[in-house]
Parts: sequence; structure tokens; C-alpha cells
Amino acid sequence: MLAGMAFYTLAAVAVVAALGVVSSRNPVHSVLFLILTFFTAAGLFVLIGAEFLAMLLVVVYVGAVAVLFLFVVMMLDVDFVELRQGFLNYLPLGALIALVLLGQIGLVASAVLQNQAVQLNPDATAQLAATNAEAVGSVLYTRYVLVFQLSGLVLFVAMIGAIVLTLRSRVGVKKQSVSRQVGRRRQDAVGLKDVRPGQGLG
Amino acid sequence: MTSEDLLFSLSWVQPELLLAGFVLLGTLVGALFGARSTRLLNVVATAALFAAGVMALMHRPEAPQDIFAGAMSIDAFGAFAKAVIAFAAAATLLLGAEHFHRLQDQQFEFPLITVTAVLGMFVMVSANDLIALYVGVELQSLAAYVLAAWRRDDARSSEAGLKYFVLGALSSGLLLFGCSYVYGFSGSVQFDTIAAAAVEPGVGLMFGLVMVLAGLAFKMGAAPFHMWTPDVYEGAPTPVAALFAAAPKVAAVVLMARMLYEPFAGMEHEWRQVIAVLAGASMLVGAFAGLVQTNLKRLMAYSSIANMGFVLMALAAGSPEGAQAALIYIAVYLPATIGVFAVMMALRHQGQAIETIGDLAGIGQRHVGFAALLTILFFSLAGIPPLAGFWGKFEAFRASLGAGLVPLAVVGAIAAVVAAGYYLRVLATVWFSPSAPSDVRPSSGVSAVLAVVGAALCFPLLLVFMAGLEHAADAAVRASF
Repeated sequence: MLAGMAFYTLAAVAVVAALGVVSSRNPVHSVLFLILTFFTAAGLFVLIGAEFLAMLLVVVYVGAVAVLFLFVVMMLDVDFVELRQGFLNYLPLGALIALVLLGQIGLVASAVLQNQAVQLNPDATAQLAATNAEAVGSVLYTRYVLVFQLSGLVLFVAMIGAIVLTLRSRVGVKKQSVSRQVGRRRQDAVGLKDVRPGQGLG
Repeated sequence: MTSEDLLFSLSWVQPELLLAGFVLLGTLVGALFGARSTRLLNVVATAALFAAGVMALMHRPEAPQDIFAGAMSIDAFGAFAKAVIAFAAAATLLLGAEHFHRLQDQQFEFPLITVTAVLGMFVMVSANDLIALYVGVELQSLAAYVLAAWRRDDARSSEAGLKYFVLGALSSGLLLFGCSYVYGFSGSVQFDTIAAAAVEPGVGLMFGLVMVLAGLAFKMGAAPFHMWTPDVYEGAPTPVAALFAAAPKVAAVVLMARMLYEPFAGMEHEWRQVIAVLAGASMLVGAFAGLVQTNLKRLMAYSSIANMGFVLMALAAGSPEGAQAALIYIAVYLPATIGVFAVMMALRHQGQAIETIGDLAGIGQRHVGFAALLTILFFSLAGIPPLAGFWGKFEAFRASLGAGLVPLAVVGAIAAVVAAGYYLRVLATVWFSPSAPSDVRPSSGVSAVLAVVGAALCFPLLLVFMAGLEHAADAAVRASF
């Protein structure tokens, strides 16, 4: 009963917030709605017993991705009104795709109702006896070590790629050169002047 | 997974370990020595790619070996494909090294990113579950997006990178969406468990299959998911376009073959229609849209679309002969394609690689050697009999006719004739157009050598090589399926 109420509340808030993301005029509001959507989705994860995923969702998506979006929206001068110009032109196509997706969700729902979809595989459910974090930790470096390391390489490529495509060596920028700094001698920098009283350096 | 399992698994992924080790150490070297280390890294990367290809070929198992708790499966089919991928990538890496050296645009990251892309392709080729499949695809694609945008000061290159990235992300989404359906309706991400569930497929598994195929067709550049290909080829630097036309195609084709013949073998009746439609559409789009192109790189893009259609036609057969024909087709298609790109880069127009067909006017009078090379390469692509391209097409048609796909073979024949038209149009420009006083200058160097090698490989060297290739492909397929 309580779980049911929590589910419907969270689900309703999630849908309304998701609509807010695409319909609000102010991009900052859109991002805030997005954060709300993530939070409610995290709540839904907790309800189905996936507390680790909920935690990740909050830490990664709310903590990092959404804040990054917010930075981009607030710092870059993107003309969002102009971006929306084509909205009506693409509406029919978008609506068609949305209908197809809706049909597929209906398909899954009907399959689940008819018990066509398979249950979770047994060794995964056995591991769920421990906490989520333990279950993930016990397979991350053993069973899934290959994909874990490969994911590391994917991130590595993303980093190198971002540097290659954006880093420019600009001319005329003053940079610290440690070797020049250390190699500088006293004669290069200090001169001793014998200043007579009352005459200055002239 | 115990430590013995891990050591056993690692012993089968030595080529991958070599490439990953090169990337990590190379980054360190590059960070320390900057652009000065570019030449060294290019050489070492080429050597590493060659070594990885040879290692994969030498160290191939008799029976498929499942490693990493079933995430990967090493077999002869994959070993053959890995060798082809590694050699093709090494050739295009050499082209790229020369190209960027000429442009005075030396960046040590180029060999590193290229090798990472190859690593992703190796994982795609050996993937045995949906997670490894996705990670391999993503590793390869991410590196490819960066390579497409390499000339960041060039608006077309940036556009190519952005377009590739956005559409690639969409296709990855489709692929993942399909994978989640397959997982939901089969209960596992492992190919063998999916295969058991696919014997009696429900409608959910069908949807998943179609979505996964759409995602993979995008990565292959098969119609109707081909729209990114011409723009990306045109915008990307020429050696990068050569890379895109070669190695990733092999990986995508092998992955497609594996998906169709292993997890979804039980749904052959369902996927055959999808693959036949993709094949027919690709052949027709590639053939007819290629007719109106004036840019050589766009022409090669449509040529690759048409060729992917022929490969899919072979795969649609659904028999081991189909996989074998696809493998042979792709192996004979690569030297011709890389050769054409090498000629484009060897003939330079105002210091740049030539781009339009018009630049080739009168080459036949002034640079007979290059004209002859182009003739051999395009004849092979068109499938004119004594050359290797003919045997590739022959195998593809034989496989599809053997499976009773007569309408598809008819479409393929029409497309082959039309496509031969535009290859011959290029050659007509080369030999018969009045020699315009243009300043196209040939250069000797790596690209010229590679063009000669590519053309030489188009001759089925006294058919011995062909027989060897057929035997190798046959053994690879037999051991794997």
C-alpha cells in the first residue's frame, strides 16, 4: 500500500518533470526539471530494491552531468529561441517516432502481463541476497574485468580526443618556464648602482 | 573467475594486450616528448598493428575458446578478421603519417587514436556477449569520431566529426535499446543463452533483433542507415576516410555475421527478410547515387555502401557459405579501396590530395603509371573478371543463389552493372579527357608504394592466393560455426 502510493507519487512527478524539461521556456528551468526527474527516478530505483543504482544516479547524473549542463547553459551564449525554430517542422516526424516507441512499450507491457518475458536469471537474484554494492563489487573485477577495463579505455579515448580537438598552443601567452627561472643568474637580474645623495639616477 | 581462468583468458588476448600496452606507453612517450615523438610513434604503431595481426593469425585455437566468463570467444573466424583489420589499419596509418607529415601537422595522438580504434574492432570481432559487443563498438566509434574531426580548423572536417558523432550516438542508442529487449526476452546477455531462447522467438525478441540490426547496419554504413557516410568521407582527412572505408567495415561485417549466425541462428527466417531489404537497398543506393558524384571521396563512400550491400547479400544466405563469401568479399574489397585512396594521396594538387574526378583529367597522357594503377583498382572494384573483385562478387552471388534468394541476386546484378558504370566513368576521365593544364603532381613515397601493393593484391596472384584465401576463410568459418 505504502509502496504503491510511493510509486504513483514518484512516477507522476517524474512524468510531469520530464514534460517540464522539454516544455519550459527558460533553459535553466529545463535543467532544474531534469534534476528533479533524476531524483524521482532514483526514488523509483530504491522502490525496486536497487539502492546502489539510485545512489549512482544521484551522484553521477545529478552531481556531475546535470551540474555540467547547468554550467553550459549559463556560461555559453546559446540562443535557445533560435534552436526551437524548427520545432513545429519536426513535430510530425517526432510524433511518429514517439508513437512507435509507445507501441513498443505497450508491447513489453503486454508481454510481461502474459508472462512471456523471462524472469531475472537465478544467479543474479542469488547475489541480490547481499546488498547491491556487495553484489556489484563481487563481480566487477572478476566476471566483468574485461568490460570494466575496456570501459576505462573508452574514457581514456574520450579524454585524449577532447584534448586533441580543443587544446591549442597559442602564441604570445606568458607561461612559467621552470628551467629558465632556475637557470637565471644574479648578474642577469641585479645591477648595483652607486647613487649619489641628492642626484637620483638621472 | 579464478586466477587460473584469468591467466588462461589473458593468454588468448595477447594481440589486444599488445595494442592496449602500446596505447598507454605511447601516450606517456608523447606526453614527455611532444610532437617530436610523432615519427617514432607512427613507426612503432605500424609495427604493433602488424605484430598484432600476425599474432592473432598464428595463435588461433582449433575450437572456439570462451574466455572472460564468456564475454569473448576466440576462434579462427575472428583471427582471420583481426589479421585483415590490423593489416588494413597499418596501411592507412602509414598513409596518414605521410599525409600529416606533408601538411606539417604532426600530432602524436594520431597513431594512438588509430590503434585504439583497432583495439575496439578486435573486441567487436571476438565479442560473445552483448556488453562486450557494445563496449567494443563504442571504443571503435569514439576513436572514429575524433579522427573524423582531426583537422579541427577545417569547417568540413569539424562538420564531419559532429555529424558522425550525433548520428553515431543515435545508432548506439538504437543498438542499446535493442540489446535491452534481447536481454529482457531471453534472460541473458550471453550469445549461447540467447541462441537457446531464439529457437522459439517471441515478438519481443524480434523487436530487439530488428533494433540491434539497425544499430549495426548504421555502423556498417548500409542503406537506409547510410546517410552519414558520404559527408563524413568527404569532410574527414583523406587518410582517415581510407581508414573508415577499410578496417571498421570488416569489424562491423564480422560482428553482423556473428550476431546472425550465433545468437539468432534460430530466427533465420525472421532476419533473412531484414538483411535482404538492407542488402537490396544498399546495393541500389550505392549504385545509383554514385552516378551523380563529382567528388572522388563521396564516390568512394557510395562505392562502400554498394559493397556493404553485396556483403549483406552473401550473409542473407544464412549458410556457412554465406559467412565465407562475406569474409572473402571484404578481404578482396579492402586492397582495392585502400589502393584508390593511396592514389588520391600520391597525386597531389597544390600540395593537397586530389579530391574531384575532374582533377584526374588527362592523367592517362602524363602519368601513365598512376593511370594504369587506377584502372586495375577500379576494374577490381567493378568486378571485371580476371581481377580479385570479380571473385568476391562471384562468391557473394553463389552464396545467395545457393540459398534460393533469386530476386535479391537480380537486384545485385543490376546494381553491379550500374556501379560499374561510374567506375568506368572515372576511368574515361583518366584516359580520354583532354589534358587540362592542371598542376597535379605525382609523388613517390609511401602512398605510391601502397597504391602499387593494393593494385598487385587485386590480381589473384596466379589464383594461388585466391585458393589460399578461400581455404583460410573456409577453415575459419567451419571451425567457428
